[in-house]
Amino acid sequence: MIAEAGLAALWLAAGLAAYQFLLMILALRSDLEVARPMRAIAVVQGLLTLISFAMLLLVFARTDMSVALVFENSHSAKPFIYKVAGAWGNHEGSMLMWVTILAVAGAFVALFSRRTSERTLVAGLGSQAVLALGFYAFLLIASNPFARLFPAPPDGQGLNPLLQDPGLAFHPPTLYLGYVGLSVAFSLAVGALLTGEVDSRLARAMRPWVLGAWVLLTLGITAGSYWAYYELGWGGYWFWDPVENASLMPWLAATALLHSINVLAARGALKAWTMMLAVIAFSMSMVGTFLVRSGILTSVHAFAIDPERGTFLLALLAIYVGAAFTLFALRGATLKEGAPFELVSRESGLVINNLILSVILGIVFLGTLYPLFVEAVSGEKLSVGAPYFNEVAGPLALVLAVLVGIGPLLSWRRQRRPVLKQLTVPALLGATALAITIILSPDIAILPRLGFTVAAFLAAAAILPLIGRNPLRTPLATWGMVVAHSGIAVALFGMGANAAFTSERLAVIKPGEQLTVGPWTVELNAVTPTAGKNYTAIEAELRATRGEGVVTLKPQTHYYSDPPTETNESAIQTFWNGQLYTVVGKSDPSGGWQVRLWWKPFVTLIFAGGALIAFGGALALLGRLWRLRRAREASAEWHRRGYA
Amino acid sequence: MNRALRFAPLAVLLLIIVALVWRLATPVDTTVHSKLEGKPVPVFALAAALPGKPTVSSADLATGHPRLVNVFASWCVPCISEVKVLQSLKESGVAIDGIDIRDRPVDLANFLGRNGDPYQRIGSDPQSGLQIALGSSGVPESFIVDGKGIIRYQHIGAITQSDVPMILSKLERAR
Repeated sequence: MIAEAGLAALWLAAGLAAYQFLLMILALRSDLEVARPMRAIAVVQGLLTLISFAMLLLVFARTDMSVALVFENSHSAKPFIYKVAGAWGNHEGSMLMWVTILAVAGAFVALFSRRTSERTLVAGLGSQAVLALGFYAFLLIASNPFARLFPAPPDGQGLNPLLQDPGLAFHPPTLYLGYVGLSVAFSLAVGALLTGEVDSRLARAMRPWVLGAWVLLTLGITAGSYWAYYELGWGGYWFWDPVENASLMPWLAATALLHSINVLAARGALKAWTMMLAVIAFSMSMVGTFLVRSGILTSVHAFAIDPERGTFLLALLAIYVGAAFTLFALRGATLKEGAPFELVSRESGLVINNLILSVILGIVFLGTLYPLFVEAVSGEKLSVGAPYFNEVAGPLALVLAVLVGIGPLLSWRRQRRPVLKQLTVPALLGATALAITIILSPDIAILPRLGFTVAAFLAAAAILPLIGRNPLRTPLATWGMVVAHSGIAVALFGMGANAAFTSERLAVIKPGEQLTVGPWTVELNAVTPTAGKNYTAIEAELRATRGEGVVTLKPQTHYYSDPPTETNESAIQTFWNGQLYTVVGKSDPSGGWQVRLWWKPFVTLIFAGGALIAFGGALALLGRLWRLRRAREASAEWHRRGYA
Repeated sequence: MNRALRFAPLAVLLLIIVALVWRLATPVDTTVHSKLEGKPVPVFALAAALPGKPTVSSADLATGHPRLVNVFASWCVPCISEVKVLQSLKESGVAIDGIDIRDRPVDLANFLGRNGDPYQRIGSDPQSGLQIALGSSGVPESFIVDGKGIIRYQHIGAITQSDVPMILSKLERAR
């Protein structure tokens, strides 16, 4: 019954979404007032999908083996938390989660959006409903999560121990919230293009959604990167894998949108460009989902290879993005550009920011899909690796990071104060950093060296917007910007240190023998067999020292029998100035063990920087929402006193 | 804004969609072809794995007739069932050499005593040196080497009964 209730809720939600779409068309063609019913329907539609998703969680929590999806992805012996997380750890469940977030986002817009005109709101809610409708159809036609099995099998198949990891359980929902948060920007942009009301009110309505989605994407990408770093045992934090790129592309577009939307909100300029970005950002989310779900690109993540589903998703992608781009092409001419600005101004700074981000986005997009195009044209198989991305996107990212330090100092419309004078201290710091790296380590590559230089410059330049202001009276959004921009400096420093100064040793040593890596001397003390709940393992005991004090690290190799798998569990010790990363491998007949050691100076700063960037975004979001609330209270007060 | 510029995104999208549709429509060839196919067997000379049994060297693999080289070990579970298939290949006239990975003579003798011995020659590779040179990442794996000592096919995993016709036809082609 539970599964059937979930399915019924999904059908009802799909019906309501279709109704919403019809209402929108009606409202756009006539002057019919549909805002009230529209809001109500959007809320009910959101509730219905929530019910459907709750039903899915329930069948997974109860391990109801008569539901095919549970049978395939769960097992009675799984820990409870992974039983529940299993609900979205598969294709059907994750698509249901996607559409649930989509519909609930629509409900929130319906409940709280008071900024745009009623007509634009109706058009936006209608667009959001059409988006949801396509994914309802996808679920109901091509991937029903509630399909039954008869007779019910005694137990399930999903006991893969590798997937039982808290990182894997919560990383996808975070990214999904980010992806789908961008759908609201898409729908509002489409709505505004339909009604022709692209203005600063629209930008203010969109901004919290873009900020929120961007914060979650930043968190999701940072967490995913750290997970790959500690879990895979390869010592790297970013591999330019197609699926990683699939999460990076919406982030790049959202970052550009986040900045251009401020121009639209404050000055009413960059209308067409901002609308284009809002469409592209969510399109990139759909492209990402399509790439992952269709298995079209070869990737370590390619798990769901199903041409029928791929075709369905591609059709949705083509319809939605195609319709939005067509609308843009037809209505773009009617957008009147807003207030003009001069060459040196905050606006032009943000335009350059947007251009660089777009070029990086293009580079990543091209690199990700290039193998596909080459194969289509010449039949040749190839893959695009990290060197391409690092060498092409790296220098651009550094230029962008320099501009991040300058942009916030410019004023809107026309720069009056000289900016260069303010930048003396940061420039001197950057030059000092450059000089230090040249003197102390003349051999490092050019990109990391420039990375240190720019990081030092930006670390100082990022806090300049706070200079001469009362910290308590500075808006939270400004604080958020300062924190996020400082986060870039921190991450950049970590990336530079990791690229320039990582030392690596791979050797076979016997117990009692020593290896050196960076400043560390590491001795293999002993290798002992041990056992876990569902695996056997060997555990090496490594004693590491660099002068004073000894730390003990215990890397393991796990052997699982069902399915037969071997995993390296790295042991990582964190210090203020870096991480010692150790992996133990196989033995050789003479009694030696493969030991792999890395000393990674300041590598933690990469992830700390990512977290700071997200935290800055969260501060800005909080600031914007708080202002919104105060403005609403003030206007309520105004009404109550009977002035209006 | 310029008309052409406004339609540019739509044009780019169409191009991408066409490429993706083509991709979905053409079945992907996921067979991984070994990079060693078409290359000569690396030069090697192994110690005998068992006293009294001849060993293999690269010179033995270029005698004018195709041979099957099987990378195996007594401690390898899938090898037990594979030996029976190799036995039937031997009976249909296939010359098989073994490369025994990280093994001990006693264990190997037990293994062959229990499961049968389809090998003409067995060389011992105690440190996986030859295995790595052959680009073999595990046991069992098999190589079809033609009469000139050129690798024609690399089979990853155990040869099962259903692989036999394919193996025989590849041996025929390597002649």
